[in-house]
Amino acid sequence: MAESVCSRPSNGGTILADFSQVLIDGLMNGAIYALVAAGLSLIWGVMDVINFAHGEFLMVAMYACYWLGSLLGIDPLFSWVLTGAFLFFLSAASYLLVVRRCIGRSAMAPLLATFGLSIFLKNFCLNRFTPNFRLLSGTIMEGRVLHVMGASVPLPQLVTALFSLVVLGCLYYFIKRTRIGWAIQATAMDREAAELMGIDTGRIFTLVFGFGGMCVGIAGGFMTSYLAVFPEVGALFSLIAFVVVALGGFGSIPGALLAALLIGLVESFAGFYIAPVIKYVAVFALYVVVILIRPKGLFGW
Amino acid sequence: MSDHMLSVSEISCSYNGVQAIEDMSLDVGVGEIVAIIGANGAGKSTLMKSIAGLIRPDRGSIKFCGEDITGTPANRMIFKGVSYVPEGRRLFANLSVRENLELGAFSERSRDVVEARLAEVFDLFPILKERERQLAQTMSGGEQQMCAIARGLMCGPKLLMLDELSLGLMPSLVEKVLDSVAEINRKGVTILLVEQMVQEALEIANRGYVIQVGRVVQHGTSRSLLDSDELRKAYMGM
Ligand SMILES: Nc1ncnc2c1ncn2[C@@H]1O[C@H](COP(=O)(O)OP(=O)(O)OP(=O)(O)O)[C@@H](O)[C@H]1O
Ligand SMILES: [Mg+2]
Repeated sequence: MAESVCSRPSNGGTILADFSQVLIDGLMNGAIYALVAAGLSLIWGVMDVINFAHGEFLMVAMYACYWLGSLLGIDPLFSWVLTGAFLFFLSAASYLLVVRRCIGRSAMAPLLATFGLSIFLKNFCLNRFTPNFRLLSGTIMEGRVLHVMGASVPLPQLVTALFSLVVLGCLYYFIKRTRIGWAIQATAMDREAAELMGIDTGRIFTLVFGFGGMCVGIAGGFMTSYLAVFPEVGALFSLIAFVVVALGGFGSIPGALLAALLIGLVESFAGFYIAPVIKYVAVFALYVVVILIRPKGLFGW
Repeated sequence: MSDHMLSVSEISCSYNGVQAIEDMSLDVGVGEIVAIIGANGAGKSTLMKSIAGLIRPDRGSIKFCGEDITGTPANRMIFKGVSYVPEGRRLFANLSVRENLELGAFSERSRDVVEARLAEVFDLFPILKERERQLAQTMSGGEQQMCAIARGLMCGPKLLMLDELSLGLMPSLVEKVLDSVAEINRKGVTILLVEQMVQEALEIANRGYVIQVGRVVQHGTSRSLLDSDELRKAYMGM
């Protein structure tokens, strides 16, 4: 499925051009993975809940962006604001309606609940929108390519990647430097002590779930400018997001960024220099090796 | 009645059906230091947690400044003026001293008030000023305890509840920390204190309650408790 990400004319170029092409592709994909994974990581780190519907939230964001584009003519360059906000509310609502009831019970409860939510969302979209691939056409950035160091860099991917980094930076700043951010960290470290500070940790959980959704809402919004939408589109991304979070350490945004860039690079280098079919094998092999050596991830606490 | 800041009347609490405290009553007057004494597992922390709103009593009522606060959730109690420094300090380990203190003042919106309180607690514990940027988990036990007390003060409480301050501190430090508690009290904060160092605690307290397996078995002025043979035998090994 990710073939659609990087089907582009070979420039038949030199070794250096190939190398920079592979490098840039890897970094761009890595940056996008980082934003998708950050949402998962945040929820996991603060609430100890693995949101199995994370990939489906991404899919919902992409459909939302697709319909905003094809029905209302809003370009993904602008509709990410709407999908980000929409996913914030969708995700916060899923917390309030579903996940909240499972917290404090067995560890399996939230896992199964979010898994159920993912199946619901996937089948809802399958039912309403058919399994067909839908690619938004006529977007502002469509077909624009930059040439850097012999590599051709499609503008939609580049903008998505750069914007992912900006959003990650904002999220990191928010968590590290603001009052609410400290309250989120405090809730993650010791929920009871956080309550004693006057922090309503139930509201913090709602907020964190909302932010988790917002990350894929924004990512999905931008990705629709170059990726086809279909009901299964979230699967690969959520799998990669799990690997990123496991490698980067739960709840760590810098960890997620580094792990995601690493995975983006492994994927593109293995895909180009070994064989395209090998790229995910390489990613998961890396994951297995790291987990065997460092169970808490490369950058985990 | 009205001169009591806190009145706990006949509360019972249980964990998963197992009774931890039964029909416990206690009063704390404005400006007092009251000590709670008892063996491990007697129910001292349970009493404090139920006042702080972390657990809800099965029966009985808790009044604070004349208002019934039974079952008020913990995150609201701080707005009412009750601050609880829990057993084991429970600092936010990966945050700096400064961030821990700021979180203590989470309920306070005005930046000026927060700054003024920071200045106050730095005045009380100058070491915290030096360690402002240090992560809480990298500080010594004594420094952490001061940080925990300071964090509890940052909300400007009327009542400060301190659970086993002396845990893991050397005796000379315990006295120093208890001296700071007396100083905090002189500045007008009412104090409810759980303490294993019975002698030292009663020396700064006005009154004390002795609890055993979930019940109050003795209470009175610190003087009378210090003179009680029973108490001296049971808790001071004399
Ligand atoms: N979270 C809990 N779940 C189940 N039982 C608990 C819990 N907390 C306390 N208890 C039980 O309640 C009783 C009173 O405990 P509590 O912590 O109030 O004692 P304590 O007087 O503070 O003891 P210590 O001096 O050791 O701190 C004990 O029998 C304890 O085992
Ligand atoms: Mg205790």
